[in-house]
Amino acid sequence: MSFPFLLLATLEGLVTAATLALMAIGLSLVFGVMRVVNVAHGEFFMLGAILAWAVTTAVGGHPAIGFLAALIVAPLLVGAAALASERLVLRKLHYEPEATIVATIGLLYIIQQVALTFYGPDARPVVAPFTYRVALPWFGYSGYKLAVIGFSIILLIGTWLVLTRTRAGLIMRATQYDRETAQAFGIPVDRVYAWVFALGAMLAAVAAVLIVPIQQAHYLMGHDPLLLSFIVVIIGGLGSLRGTLVAALLIGLSDGILSVFYSPTLAKIVATSLVALVLVFRPQGLFGKTAR
Amino acid sequence: MEVREGKNEERHRRSKRGTEMTSSTSSGPKKSSISRRSALIGMGATAAGLAAGPGFVRYAQAQSSEPIKIGFQCHRTGIGAAYGRWYERTTMAAANLINERGGINGRPLEIITEDDGTDPRRGAETVEKFVNQHNVDVVYGTLFSHVVIGSAPTAAELKVPYYVVSEGYHVPSGRMNRWCFQPGITDVRSQMSAVAPWVANNVGKKITMIYPDYAFGHDHRDYFPPVFEAAGGEVIAQIPIPPTETSFTRYFPQIPAETDVIYHVMIGPAILTFVRELGEFFGGTGPELFGFIDSLEAIDVNSPGLEFLEGSHFWEGMPRYLQEDTPDYERFYRDSVGIDESGASVNDSNDVSTAAHMFGCWETLFVIKEAMEAAGYSGPDDRAALVEATEALERFDAGEEHPQGDKIFVPEIHQSFGQQNISVLRDGRLDVIHRTAIEDSMYEPEADYRTQEL
Repeated sequence: MSFPFLLLATLEGLVTAATLALMAIGLSLVFGVMRVVNVAHGEFFMLGAILAWAVTTAVGGHPAIGFLAALIVAPLLVGAAALASERLVLRKLHYEPEATIVATIGLLYIIQQVALTFYGPDARPVVAPFTYRVALPWFGYSGYKLAVIGFSIILLIGTWLVLTRTRAGLIMRATQYDRETAQAFGIPVDRVYAWVFALGAMLAAVAAVLIVPIQQAHYLMGHDPLLLSFIVVIIGGLGSLRGTLVAALLIGLSDGILSVFYSPTLAKIVATSLVALVLVFRPQGLFGKTAR
Repeated sequence: MEVREGKNEERHRRSKRGTEMTSSTSSGPKKSSISRRSALIGMGATAAGLAAGPGFVRYAQAQSSEPIKIGFQCHRTGIGAAYGRWYERTTMAAANLINERGGINGRPLEIITEDDGTDPRRGAETVEKFVNQHNVDVVYGTLFSHVVIGSAPTAAELKVPYYVVSEGYHVPSGRMNRWCFQPGITDVRSQMSAVAPWVANNVGKKITMIYPDYAFGHDHRDYFPPVFEAAGGEVIAQIPIPPTETSFTRYFPQIPAETDVIYHVMIGPAILTFVRELGEFFGGTGPELFGFIDSLEAIDVNSPGLEFLEGSHFWEGMPRYLQEDTPDYERFYRDSVGIDESGASVNDSNDVSTAAHMFGCWETLFVIKEAMEAAGYSGPDDRAALVEATEALERFDAGEEHPQGDKIFVPEIHQSFGQQNISVLRDGRLDVIHRTAIEDSMYEPEADYRTQEL
């Protein structure tokens, strides 16, 4: 296979990997800390995209201004929505694993139908903050897509630093490690849960704002990213951030390369087979720790 | 497996905590959570039961003063929503006009709309609902071919005439049934028969086809190559893309380097991404483009990122932009539906119409009117007579009732044939540069629905 197309495949794979990593880290964080399997995660992604459309439309002016506004406002609003659903639903269910799965499935449909009611069934475009076509000798590539990769990496490093270097991160990790002991040491576990759930949703929303100038905002767009995030989180190890990153890179790149050289369907087959293999041979995931 | 282990572990920890820790704030007594959960499951089961049970049934009295009811199977949601929105507006405009002009057989026309979610299964359900619950006279208006194919058997089972506005070759192929008609819009095979020679002579000979990977796209895949090759061209590659795909760049390396023309027809919510990524990939230096306007339907041709389309050609069922020679009856139609000179809604210039397809709704309603009047249609008992009356139709003349142009109706295959437009995108608008003759699009019927029992 020729080099130009390998390059194209790698670039496409990196775009997928970058946004997938942001989204999957949100999912992984929520599961790791709260033990909640958030089936509505994809809908927070969708909500982020739709709000990005709303914000850019409301702001007007140069596309970059609207986009930057969306990058701040959309995740905040999505975080607020997640915070509200955590307080009103998950907390009332005492974070029972089975009950929260059912509840988040419910949330999924509620958010989707609310979006359908107020935003409508159309796919609406958000103009990219800048349009620049990188002209390579063999083909052209969107400069914005390259920026998405760069910005995602910065955000991922930021998330990493927050989790490993700050007091907030320490509290989250302590809660994830042993909830009762954390509580005994005076960590307000209840509040930590609320913020983690909001943070998880915000990461999905940021990924959506980044992706929406490439795709369009549509009320059904949360489905595929949710599936891919689950695949990534299972392969990486539930609750393991390093595993999530590595798995996102693995899935993103294999998706890009297999799609370009063979077919996108084969890429999906490989990803789901990987999940099956991991579940059979290494159920805790590549980087997960065995249950204590 | 990991999930299950996690749950067990959690349950174990919880039960331990229940006895050891009494000051827990975030976890309440287990008992209450169980009842909550079972309540939730109970609610879910009730909801499912309600949804599955027989719906609320209306009992309509059959009286001749009653309106004629047409069940409009509409893609209000799902991947066909942009088309659904405009199909609905066109339908309502035509229905209002029919009522203003005295209705059908002196009876007012009532449109009953149900959303099928652009989903075949729901499509079949809506046909049932129309007949058994709304007691409609006919079902009408479906576009997406997989929904038509999913719904047609139900229409035959319930013996209700089913007039679709779909374009797919499924109706004229003979694969549907005697209850299914497509009189208001031409089918893909006839469109391709008409435009292929023009493409071969004016755009290029070596073609790579990009089409959606389902029934409608498969009609393009199967019926374009023979007519194109007969015209001296050659199809060198075919690239199917799932209609729900959101990213397209990855498919473009499959386009062979020696391609003269890319033939593209895409549908679904991501079509803007599709054309944009095509532009990013080739930048205007690549092969010529010939597209079915479906790839840009409901999308402003002046959207950012589409500059590379300048000079490329499109098939249009009906011109989106008002042309210099647009006849008065077509202007009347455009004004009634509410589209401006550039084919967008008169109320919102960002709301671009699906002009190349939606005229089919308008024309189909007038065909139903004509057939009902010919049959002396008075109620559901006359449905079989209505089918026969529709089969007796032969042609529709251009005018306010058929603004797209003259049509020939071939009763064997329940399909209309008409003229096709080829437009060029120049200076930010689409101008018709070639209009094919009806005869260019005709092919030998391969079926005869009239031999089927009613």
